[in-house]
Amino acid sequence: MLHNTLSMLRHSMKGLAEGCCPDASGLITFGASTIDDALGGGLARGRLHDIYADTTAHIGAATGFAAALALRAAKGKSLLWVWQEFLENETGRLNASGLAELGLDPGRIILVRARDAEGVLRAGEQAARCAALGAVVVEPWGEPKMLDFTASRRLSLAATKSGTSILMLRVAASPAQSAAATRWRVQALPSRALAANAPGFPAFELNLLRHRGGIAGHVWRVEWDRDRKCFQDRQRTDAAPVSRPVVSVSRDGSAAAGVRPYEFRKAG
Amino acid sequence: MNFAKRDDRPLVVVEKIKGALRITAVDQRASRLELTRGLTLADARARVPDLTVADADAKADARFIERLALLCDRFTPSVAFDLSDGLMLDITGCAHLFGGEAALRKLVVDRMNGIGLSIRASIASTPDAARALARFNRIDIAPQGQDEALVRRLPVAALSGLERETVVALSRAGLKMIGDLADRPSQVLAARFGQNLVTRLMRTLGRENARITPLRPVPAVVAERHFAEPLTQAATLEDVLATLIDDAVRGMQERDEGGRVFEASFFRSDGDVRRLTVQTGHPCRDAPLILRLYRERLDTLADPIDPGFGFDAIRLAVLVTETLKTMQPHLDGHGKEDDPVSDLVDRLIVRFGRDRVLRFEARDTYDPDRDAQLVSAADICAEGHRATMPRIAWPVPEPGEPPTRPLQLFDPPQPIEALAEVPDGPPLRFRWRRVLHEVTRAEGPERIAPEWWRKKSDEQERDYYRVEDEAGCRFWIFRQGHYGEGTTHPRWFLHGVFA
Repeated sequence: MLHNTLSMLRHSMKGLAEGCCPDASGLITFGASTIDDALGGGLARGRLHDIYADTTAHIGAATGFAAALALRAAKGKSLLWVWQEFLENETGRLNASGLAELGLDPGRIILVRARDAEGVLRAGEQAARCAALGAVVVEPWGEPKMLDFTASRRLSLAATKSGTSILMLRVAASPAQSAAATRWRVQALPSRALAANAPGFPAFELNLLRHRGGIAGHVWRVEWDRDRKCFQDRQRTDAAPVSRPVVSVSRDGSAAAGVRPYEFRKAG
Repeated sequence: MNFAKRDDRPLVVVEKIKGALRITAVDQRASRLELTRGLTLADARARVPDLTVADADAKADARFIERLALLCDRFTPSVAFDLSDGLMLDITGCAHLFGGEAALRKLVVDRMNGIGLSIRASIASTPDAARALARFNRIDIAPQGQDEALVRRLPVAALSGLERETVVALSRAGLKMIGDLADRPSQVLAARFGQNLVTRLMRTLGRENARITPLRPVPAVVAERHFAEPLTQAATLEDVLATLIDDAVRGMQERDEGGRVFEASFFRSDGDVRRLTVQTGHPCRDAPLILRLYRERLDTLADPIDPGFGFDAIRLAVLVTETLKTMQPHLDGHGKEDDPVSDLVDRLIVRFGRDRVLRFEARDTYDPDRDAQLVSAADICAEGHRATMPRIAWPVPEPGEPPTRPLQLFDPPQPIEALAEVPDGPPLRFRWRRVLHEVTRAEGPERIAPEWWRKKSDEQERDYYRVEDEAGCRFWIFRQGHYGEGTTHPRWFLHGVFA
């Protein structure tokens, strides 16, 4: 009993020393050792992290990365996803079965469809104050005027206070100054083909543009492993490619280019 | 009731009936000159050349009556329209709050006079008796038990809801007064003039009671405060609201219920009513929480509540209640009720509206457009499913397989131009939003046919392909229809984006 109390006290002292509440200590790990090592263990929990889609075409990859990171940040708690209504025309609307395919539980996601950027920020800030949430994904469209340094500072403070991580997903915006702890640019990466040249697992190229109190400028190629709910380093897995379709070579040595052999993959 | 420019000339309101402009309403001056309803305008002009004429506007009249109904809402929660030009107030159990029936009637009449209306108001035991007395006799209050005696002296036309032919037939039979009918056996009347007459007669005589159908549902729990002097300070509103919430919570506690929908009505002294509604995701009788929701609501009003000349009454009504048993808190002192996430959801709903705070609800279907519905988070309890519906589990992805459903869906699917192998190969390249994508990897087709019980006649099945372009972006595209079938080429669409 006494030992318990002491350890609890130590824990809260540690929290005080770090200048935030005890829940905020702890890191969001990627599960891929190269990234975790480079980041010094992982991303800080209870902070604001910016995620930029490289171009609008790469929104799928950026959203996937945000969803996967939110899942790792949430640790089984509920998620809140707020987006600007306009995005639905441009990039589509979140799909429950797609989220389930990435390993998230769609039933534990609260969605807020805000009319404008102001609504997105308001909802994001209100949600960030709720410590019972695992993570908050904030998705405005473009570069709204009100999303300035002050706004991101407010979000960042709210996150620090409650220990809830905020992922700011930015589409059609170029990386700008903000109070975020880290800033990422995400691009889709050609997947490792499965049998019959089928598209493989979700793969991303992550570019760490900024890391507060750390070294930036890293580029990682990762794959999301839904079954283990972690990222995997592609450099390592690239060494052992899964079976690829073999193109038959004719007698004169020319490969039957362009003609894909009809193969089938057991799927679904 | 069109108020034309005020002048001293008699005012008549006319409407085109049976090909002629006829008078439908007159003011006091015109009525003194014996201009009556039904008279043609030409005749009226012949008698009184100097007339102010206004066109009848039934819609405006209805709107005006509706505003009056709102104004009367402060006297009783149960207000109904009576024909097209009257209001019926059920004051059962309300009169003592205003110092008795006579005082209440005076209050209503004064209020109406104050806004420039002259009205007739009668109080009686049944709605039909009150209607007959107000419209045909101008008796203020029918003393207890005297309804019948008073009503008997009225003409049969005072029975509401009778057809014109019946009234004519009655008068031809020499039955001119209600008293003449009251003494006759009802079977005979019913046989000759129909059951409707008997029903109306019984109701008007007070032998049978009929409830009125109020315009607004009568709430389960109500708390209200009337002020001697109109309240003008916006800051005190919150204090009043807090005490009202306490009252309502006590009321709900007695009934073992919790509120889901709360409505605060602010009655302005000039007759305007402002209503604010808040909703909670689960039954709630937590006074600080309800007050917090109201604070949020007041904060985010686009046009703040304008007290005008002040509010003379504020009412808090709990419109929807559900059973909520008192629960024993856990040993650590925290009850199950204070769930911070559903608390947050409630606050978000107050700020952004019911239809903007959502959750996914699984549906038992293969149709990708319908397999997950976005429903308001207010309808779904914290565990992510409706209490009343069987829970449908989310599909479990197969281990070791890449995602087969996209992370983002376009609604509606985006048309693309695609070049594909005939008859059912995946596209080799496609153009979406003017950008050409070269397909490097593809899998498919996965055929998804519309469910036969929902299928529209022209709807075709879809062949879906998962494709990846040279940049690594993964898409979900489909072909609607088949090559070589019919004269038109099948069309291609992009339906979603994979991570």
